[in-house]
Amino acid sequence: MNYLLDFFQFILFLGLLTFLAYYIGNYFYKVVIGEKNILSPLLLKPEKLIYKIFRIDENEQMSWKTYLWSVLALSFINFIAVLLMQLFQQYLPLNPQKLPNVEFLLALNTAISFVTNTNWQAYSGETTLSYFVQMLGLAVQNFASAAAGIAILLALSRAISFRKGTTLGNFWVDLTRTVLYLLLPLAIILSIILISQGVVQTFSSYAVAKTIEGAQQVIPLGPAASQIAIKQLGTNGGGFFGVNSAFPFENFTPFSNFLQVLSILLIPASLVFTYGRMLGNKKHAWMIFDVMMFVFISGVAFSYWSEVSASSTYHTSQLMEGKEARFGVFNSILWSVATTAASNGSVNTMLDSLSPLSGFVTLLNIQLGEIIFGGVGSGLYGMFLFILLTVFISGLMVGRTPEYFGKKIESYEIKWAIIGILIPSVVVLFFTAIGSTTNQGLASILNKGPHGFSEILYAFSSGAGNNGSAFAGLNANTVFYNVMVGIAMLLGRFGVIIPVLAIAGNLVKKNIAPDTAGTLRTDNPLFAFLLLSVILIVGALTFFPALSIGPIIEHFLVQSGITF
Amino acid sequence: MSTKHEIPLFDKKIILNAIKDSFIKLNPAYLIKNPVMFIVGIGAVLTIIISIRDLIEKTPASFDIQIAVWLWFTVLFANFAEAIAEGRGKAQSENLRKSRTNTIARKLVGDKEERVSALDLHSGDNVVCEVGDLIPADGEVIDGVASVDESAITGESAPVIRESGGDRSAVTGGTKVLSDRIVVRITSNPGETYIDKMISLVEGAKRKKTPNEIALSILLSGLTIVFLVVVITLKSFFNYYHITLSQDISAVSIPVLIALLVCLIPTTIGGLLSAIGISGMDRLLKHNVIAMSGRAVEAAGDIDVLLLDKTGTITLGNRMATEFVPTPEVNETYLADVAQLASLADETPEGRSIVVLAKEKFGIRERHISELNAQFIQFSAKTQMSGVNIISSDGSPNRIIRKGSIEAIKKYIAEESNVNVSAQSDYMFTQMIGVDIAMAGGTPLVVVENKKILGLIQLKDVVKGGIKERFEQLRKMGIKSVMITGDNQLTATAIAAEAGVDDFIAQAKPEDKLFKIREEQAKGKMVGMIGDGTNDAPALAQADVGIAMNSGTQAAREAGNMIDLDSSPTKLIEVVEIGKQLLMTRGALTTFSIANDVAKYFAIIPAIALSLFATNGLNGPLSVLNIMKLASPQSAILSAVIFNALIIIALIPLALKGIKYRPEGAATVLKRNILYYGVGGLIIPFIGIKLIDVLINSLGLI
Repeated sequence: MNYLLDFFQFILFLGLLTFLAYYIGNYFYKVVIGEKNILSPLLLKPEKLIYKIFRIDENEQMSWKTYLWSVLALSFINFIAVLLMQLFQQYLPLNPQKLPNVEFLLALNTAISFVTNTNWQAYSGETTLSYFVQMLGLAVQNFASAAAGIAILLALSRAISFRKGTTLGNFWVDLTRTVLYLLLPLAIILSIILISQGVVQTFSSYAVAKTIEGAQQVIPLGPAASQIAIKQLGTNGGGFFGVNSAFPFENFTPFSNFLQVLSILLIPASLVFTYGRMLGNKKHAWMIFDVMMFVFISGVAFSYWSEVSASSTYHTSQLMEGKEARFGVFNSILWSVATTAASNGSVNTMLDSLSPLSGFVTLLNIQLGEIIFGGVGSGLYGMFLFILLTVFISGLMVGRTPEYFGKKIESYEIKWAIIGILIPSVVVLFFTAIGSTTNQGLASILNKGPHGFSEILYAFSSGAGNNGSAFAGLNANTVFYNVMVGIAMLLGRFGVIIPVLAIAGNLVKKNIAPDTAGTLRTDNPLFAFLLLSVILIVGALTFFPALSIGPIIEHFLVQSGITF
Repeated sequence: MSTKHEIPLFDKKIILNAIKDSFIKLNPAYLIKNPVMFIVGIGAVLTIIISIRDLIEKTPASFDIQIAVWLWFTVLFANFAEAIAEGRGKAQSENLRKSRTNTIARKLVGDKEERVSALDLHSGDNVVCEVGDLIPADGEVIDGVASVDESAITGESAPVIRESGGDRSAVTGGTKVLSDRIVVRITSNPGETYIDKMISLVEGAKRKKTPNEIALSILLSGLTIVFLVVVITLKSFFNYYHITLSQDISAVSIPVLIALLVCLIPTTIGGLLSAIGISGMDRLLKHNVIAMSGRAVEAAGDIDVLLLDKTGTITLGNRMATEFVPTPEVNETYLADVAQLASLADETPEGRSIVVLAKEKFGIRERHISELNAQFIQFSAKTQMSGVNIISSDGSPNRIIRKGSIEAIKKYIAEESNVNVSAQSDYMFTQMIGVDIAMAGGTPLVVVENKKILGLIQLKDVVKGGIKERFEQLRKMGIKSVMITGDNQLTATAIAAEAGVDDFIAQAKPEDKLFKIREEQAKGKMVGMIGDGTNDAPALAQADVGIAMNSGTQAAREAGNMIDLDSSPTKLIEVVEIGKQLLMTRGALTTFSIANDVAKYFAIIPAIALSLFATNGLNGPLSVLNIMKLASPQSAILSAVIFNALIIIALIPLALKGIKYRPEGAATVLKRNILYYGVGGLIIPFIGIKLIDVLINSLGLI
């Protein structure tokens, strides 16, 4: 392996990510507060038109409950729509392969999956879903669920910055602006570049080729590029094809690979800066960004080290099982760390074949709550819950009742923050416990021993974390997993959204205490260190036992040559 | 005075009582108030049941029994912490209450007196108190005036005057009448006096949790639930290996899982939380401050703005003469001499200070009034002057000496001789110097003899020693001080600068305090103030922390949320410190508690996973995680549990005394606390568990 080249590519990646995120974050801030921006000459008219068509009163302000109901209503309508499209796709247009209707439980799981921004795929795209469902069902959800997550973050940041307010903004306006000014332009730019790199975009039916041996080979096609762009940008991750971005037509060249992995983190990273602007404290945004960066870089470094050292155990130069030769080790683990840090879930390599400790990094990333950049919106509002905990504990240590941006953090906030952190963790642990000890759960695993355990743990972590990637090696399209992962996805999404909006609703009402010398600063390295410690200690304490008898024990077993 | 109520950290009687209480508090109905300890209690019961089953089935029970014993100790230690804090609080309160319990009150029924027990008094009853009587309950003097010994409460031996009407009408139960006769209207029902209220704040059973304590309890309960789920599911995870690969998982027994759970849930802070809260109240009481609610103590830590009366808080209370400034044609000694003469009969502190200054500066002895054949003129509101007429042998006044403000003297000279005073050179001199004095924060007094201006006496407010440093500390803590004074703008500016306050309100009317509080609160600030008069009541009620002086009126005392028995205006600063210390102790021990878990994981996880994939009698791969090299799985688990229990006992003194408090900015405080309790909390258990492991192995307990 060329370490130096990998190193420089990583530096380039991080530099470009930071640069773009900073500018996009500031641009989006202007969009959010309705200020004139670079795209408003082009998009202002369409924006107003949308308000007119949907009868949205642009000036209506919503309480947290109205805001929440709007989020829930949108999700519910979308859920029903995606479910019905799948159940009746045979009768719908754009189905050149004449794919049959999707069976109920799989359709249910898929509908939940896309509405919750998870994109867990118990199906394989090219053999299950028509172009119609992929485009009007799934791709639309890729926009809608992403925008909903961002909107919630916007509501939250208003709650923190408003003094004695009652409302959090207008969900429909936030949703419209996010899609129109942020997601669409970026998705269009990205899909055009991807098409230039050889990613397919066509309505034709699958191509049939004859191989040299004379066998017949079916090559799946479809309108992929447009969907892939948003799947990456919106931290959705659901591939057009079953093997996701490992498939050449989804991810053709090293350049397309670089762009895709960059887009995984782009919007989540940008939103950190938008958040900082909304709170009127850029340094706080940098503090959050630095914490995320630190964990991300550590994850990549650890994963890389693990791959390199594991290859010596196997007496190979590189651990290439499950990896694309086009991308190599570094680009594979960079993707695997990025896709699990952000709640993306797209893959360009088989996570199942990663070295045990690389697998450990992907699991831990998801289990920390996907707050290292995280899902669009959801990553940062998840991070907010950890910030609250940190503020609470360290705020006490400076001898004041805790406050965040001058707003007192009291039992109401702590109660909901705990619930928001608790629900996904409890779901992961309980569901894994059920999965790993019942016949229904165990029937799906391909590998024995720790790896099989990791597969189950990963499935529920991915579901509850709204990640959507799979460790593979697990047959997910069973009644058990369709239902259980479906429930996990719902709890993981709304079990956090509801607490966050409840906290927002209470915070907005509070007065803002001015900063004094006695106030805990939340924008310096000391606080970054504390935040990091809380994330790692709370996350690690919750999942360390499970991880230690999963990937960690596997690592030691592999080292001593024991496999299953 | 604070030494008077000092109770040693380990008082034998309190400890014995606390040990007894630790067992009484095992009552589940009581224990459930503390969810963390309740879980430990359930774990202890389960482990006992399993141990008994072991004994019946004749399987080795020693390990399970030891675990059970230490779990019980964990609960008992936590109970003990609370009980000892309670005991100390009660002892403080009892000191105050003792005097009151057997008091017989002389209740007025119509015109007749009836002797009743003090406990039978009700609000609205009138009682008579004469020389030697103890005042039976809190009340208000409605008739008469008396000197009262309040040393039982304040520790201050000098008697104080209590009289009907005005600002000094409030009396406290348990204090003693030294002279005269007063009629007191009782204002509280038995069990509701301030001391009783205070006792209820230090009694665990009756105590209401404060808002921040509730929030912290929720956090701790949340963590407890997380770890409960972790431990329950861990059993299933091990089952997976049993089901799929027939691994031996007998090490993962119920007592071991309970031990793991108890080690992980935040028992340290959970066990000490209530003790921390109670001892915060104790500390207040030690400073002779009675809080009406725990909420106020917490709020004190958050105060951003302190409203302080100038007089008595910032300055010594009275103006003192500091300089004589004669007019050009007058000798300074002569001025001092005349000024002293004029003040001989002036018993006000200002008058005394003039006499003293003349003596100190020029060695002018005090003369005897009788020798002088003098006629003294008392200060009158009408003339705004005081002075002396020295009578000559023929009976006519020989020297007419007056002193007063510039305005008053001008009027005095002008009214009898129709001269244009303003044009006189010595008057112009006076005025000039007068402005200088005022700008320096002083008050000029003019001395005239036979209508000739001799010069001025400079009276100055003397700022208390050390007060400037105190405000400097407050500023470092981020607290703004605001001085309230009736002085004019000029004087106020000078004193504010000298004392180092951040802001002041000059020529303040009583309602200005209220406006200022509201104004600051609208900006999101928390305001603390101290007050005594009836007109302070609205401001005291509006302030987030309002401390009423015990000498103040009943209205003021009811409006405030704390009462300062010493009636010391600087007490507010101490109260802020106590509030901050309380919150810091909570935060520090929470951090410590959570940081401890890392080491406990490294003790227990390798221990229970040791047999997983163990081959050929060798330990399983996860034994690598046994970085402390603990001797055996059983001793590892037991050591962690023992450490977990002992650390509660070890931290009781810290919980009772509070962590060391220094007035510093947030960043400095945070850095140090993180280092001590965060980093310390990570490292200490590694050492502690290792030591215990060595010890129990050498004792052969495993």
